[in-house]
Amino acid sequence: MFVAISSFAAGLLFGLGLVVSQMVDPAKVIGFLDIFGDWDPSLALVMGAAVAVSSLGYSFARWRGMPVLAARLEIPDRPELDPRLIAGAAIFGVGWGLAGLCPGPALTALSFGPWQVLVFVMAMLGGMALFTIVPSSSPRTSADRDLSQRVDA
Amino acid sequence: MQDFTPVSALIGGAMIGTAAAMFVVLNGRVAGVSGILGGLLQPARGELAWRLAFLSGLLLAPLVYSTFGGALPPIALEKPLGLLALSGLLVGFGARLGSGCTSGHGVCGIGRGSARSLAATAVFITTAVLTVFVTRHLVGV
Repeated sequence: MFVAISSFAAGLLFGLGLVVSQMVDPAKVIGFLDIFGDWDPSLALVMGAAVAVSSLGYSFARWRGMPVLAARLEIPDRPELDPRLIAGAAIFGVGWGLAGLCPGPALTALSFGPWQVLVFVMAMLGGMALFTIVPSSSPRTSADRDLSQRVDA
Repeated sequence: MQDFTPVSALIGGAMIGTAAAMFVVLNGRVAGVSGILGGLLQPARGELAWRLAFLSGLLLAPLVYSTFGGALPPIALEKPLGLLALSGLLVGFGARLGSGCTSGHGVCGIGRGSARSLAATAVFITTAVLTVFVTRHLVGV
């Protein structure tokens, strides 16, 4: 119960941050990505501030060793780079650049943005569903499944 | 740089960072939106409630913001529908294949010093910049 309440609070604060920083506006995101045009560095400051504050949280969580409301920390710890990571990031970036939307802002923009946002979100869910039929790189057991969920960022 | 909004960017960014920090300190998890959403498609036992709760918070944030007198930013999305659908498909698939998106890798991953997330973020910003260059300056979509 408390886990769900704190999840809601974290999601709410995350969404409020996306609204305040205007990252829900695809034009703002494209303005950052368009370094050859009229560049808008705002996104870099959003990410910089978010990284600075979240790193304090991660340091504290690691120092404490376990979370307040859950049984254990579920922080990914794989060190190695692999082709799936790089290919996935490359594909994600192309999609991100095409419309200026990524998962967080798209969901937050659903309630007050134009209806086209829904088209993006439905297609995004389709892409995620498509991924579920991609064969895993290693034999898939229930233990592997647990592990792959844990390393999901 | 006439559209640069440094103050709201820093404040909003700090709020996002605080959300990610409280999520790991309280729940012990990474606040990665694509992972939280994607996990709903194959939910593990006992993971449905907190995932839905986080996503509900994201969805309701604009309502809460405007209820307390905040002016919601405009959302400009004048793209052809086919392009939007392709974009969503690539974002959804790519984020799952690459184990994260802007929140999971860009904020949380770099925040905890992950080399994988730093690499992923460098890659997706690079391909996004190239995509914007091609679509905006070469093709003109």
